[in-house]
Amino acid sequence: MLAYTLRRLASAIPTIFIIVTLTFFMIRAAPGGPFDLERPLDPLIMANLNRAYNLDAPLWSQYTTYLGNLIRGDLGPSFTRRDFSVNDLFAVGLPVSILLGSLALLLAVVIGTILGAMAALRQNTALDYAVVGLATFGITTPTFVVAPLLSLFFGVLLGVLPAGGWSNANPAYWVLPVVTLALPQVAVIARLVRGATIEALRSNHVRTARAYGLPNRIVVGVHALRAAVLPAVSYLGPTAAGLLTGSVVVETIFGLPGIGRYFVQGALGRDYTLVMGTVVVIAIFVIFFNLVVDLLYAWLDPRVRLD
Amino acid sequence: MTAVTHTPIASDVGRSLWQDAWIRLRRNRAAVASMIVLAVLSLVGIFGPMLWPHAYDRIYPQFVRVPASLKAYPRADTVLPGFERELARTRLDHGEAALDGDTVSVTLSSDRPIDPRILRYFERSDLFSNPRLALSEDERSATLSVTVERLHFYFGTDAIGRDLAARVIIGVRISLAIGVLASIMALVLGVTYGAISGYLGGRVDDVMMRIVDVLYSLPFIFFVILLVVFFGRSLVIIFIAIGATEWLDMARIVRGQTLSLKRQEFVQAAEAMGATKAGILRRHIIPNTLGPVVVFVTLLVPKAILLESLLSFLGLGVQDPLTSLGLLISEGAANMRGAVWLLLWPAVTLTTILFALNFLGDGLRDSLDPKDR
Repeated sequence: MLAYTLRRLASAIPTIFIIVTLTFFMIRAAPGGPFDLERPLDPLIMANLNRAYNLDAPLWSQYTTYLGNLIRGDLGPSFTRRDFSVNDLFAVGLPVSILLGSLALLLAVVIGTILGAMAALRQNTALDYAVVGLATFGITTPTFVVAPLLSLFFGVLLGVLPAGGWSNANPAYWVLPVVTLALPQVAVIARLVRGATIEALRSNHVRTARAYGLPNRIVVGVHALRAAVLPAVSYLGPTAAGLLTGSVVVETIFGLPGIGRYFVQGALGRDYTLVMGTVVVIAIFVIFFNLVVDLLYAWLDPRVRLD
Repeated sequence: MTAVTHTPIASDVGRSLWQDAWIRLRRNRAAVASMIVLAVLSLVGIFGPMLWPHAYDRIYPQFVRVPASLKAYPRADTVLPGFERELARTRLDHGEAALDGDTVSVTLSSDRPIDPRILRYFERSDLFSNPRLALSEDERSATLSVTVERLHFYFGTDAIGRDLAARVIIGVRISLAIGVLASIMALVLGVTYGAISGYLGGRVDDVMMRIVDVLYSLPFIFFVILLVVFFGRSLVIIFIAIGATEWLDMARIVRGQTLSLKRQEFVQAAEAMGATKAGILRRHIIPNTLGPVVVFVTLLVPKAILLESLLSFLGLGVQDPLTSLGLLISEGAANMRGAVWLLLWPAVTLTTILFALNFLGDGLRDSLDPKDR
């Protein structure tokens, strides 16, 4: 397994390299630059700015410089937020995004699995329909509808939770963003687990377990659920990466200092290094979580052979 | 051997997979209801903008942010003040204005002859129409009567006084059009790519799927922003961008199907008979992958609508005065403290569309799934 992990990590390097290269040349090919304003700058100032940020060098040499810095873990200075390097921005924003994302992930996994399993065990009862209805609602209602409604209801009308804003110390500020982030994932996980549990309950190994006379909680908890969480686990890989790297919608609506909004802002403002940094971080998360999912999968389902 | 007399009975005719699926689908009430809802909404999207009394970009400055109501505007208690406001601009002496049914009339008098051009004040107003001036012989006094314009804003009006219902209708049109067009694009690209990759196999397959993997890890928003930056904000770009990102899943599904199909006897038979690769793909592989593909497309349409809404929400999508449900929701979210209907109506409409499409997709999956028999 260690060898497998190492091999996967090694194969991640060329993937990241390709992504970085693609992004670098694509964003550079876009018209406009980070210092284009409504009123054009004085050509001399522009030339100085370009020299200060190494933008006057040929594209190839900029590319190799960037790659060299990237290998040393330096994501470069931000073009639009003066005096901040991309590393500084991420040092502040990434912990916020990771905190919110992991809380939402935890909430989604726990609640989604419980709801899905309960619905499957009581298939075609009121509880089942309620869960399926809730899941459909969670999947179809977009985040940017849920977020303002939650903020309006709990923040403005009831006044029990902050309608927006952020505090590292006060968990009351975390509640609405976490719920908003978790809701669609709860829905998907509940649906996946429900479907897979229904299938697992009919499968041969569960019937065998019942024939042995094992108590219901062991049959369901160990034998059925273990098979039933597999689809949810493979869904969770990219989802976890997406949650932990922040959501632009949730961050915009609740006014959070995460890194989700940097991508859109960076691309619109041609903040080359910020865009590249975001892409690199997202890519690392995606690759990492896909690896975790594969390892988890092999651990849950012994039939799966790594390599 | 006894001769068997062959009596044709109904089951002899045989039902195709699609007929079977259709029969099963008709028994699914949620799916049928969704189909009806979607048909109605499509008709609304296609014909609504032509038939609705308000244009989606017509601004009524006197009716900014009026709440949704079944009763007509202007309200009875605002007619006379509104009339007097216009009357004051004519700078003429006037008597008491009287409201009689839909007509407001007043007597005017002046030292100089009354200029009939004062009627323009009333023509320009949203409240009144058809102003008439009955001048006396010496043109120094007159009776002015105007008809009160009764306007209905069933969904209310937005922050600059446009009819929200008209905007929701045009939003339905844009959202559905983008959903369908983007899905068709994803369908064509994904099916072709996946079938070729799966059928050719080997190194070609490796390379083609590695390309898909790389594209997967590029964030969708990034791709869209680049396209928007290159080609400007337009509807075509949005649906190309959505279609071009959503075909990846389709390609994977079709490739998986193709891998299992190409080992089957009918494909080998076609190969043995010397059919070309393109012919086999077109005649044998692709038609047999369509079951899961159709299900996936029904689930892709709501996804595309959602993506378009997200783009519009971020300000990268459709531009004012044209609108889409996502843009309306984002405007509604900005105005919700005081004008909840601006958020509510578009949100309800979007959720209805997405619900219906999801139910239909689920129904289709159930009815096309052979395991279900």
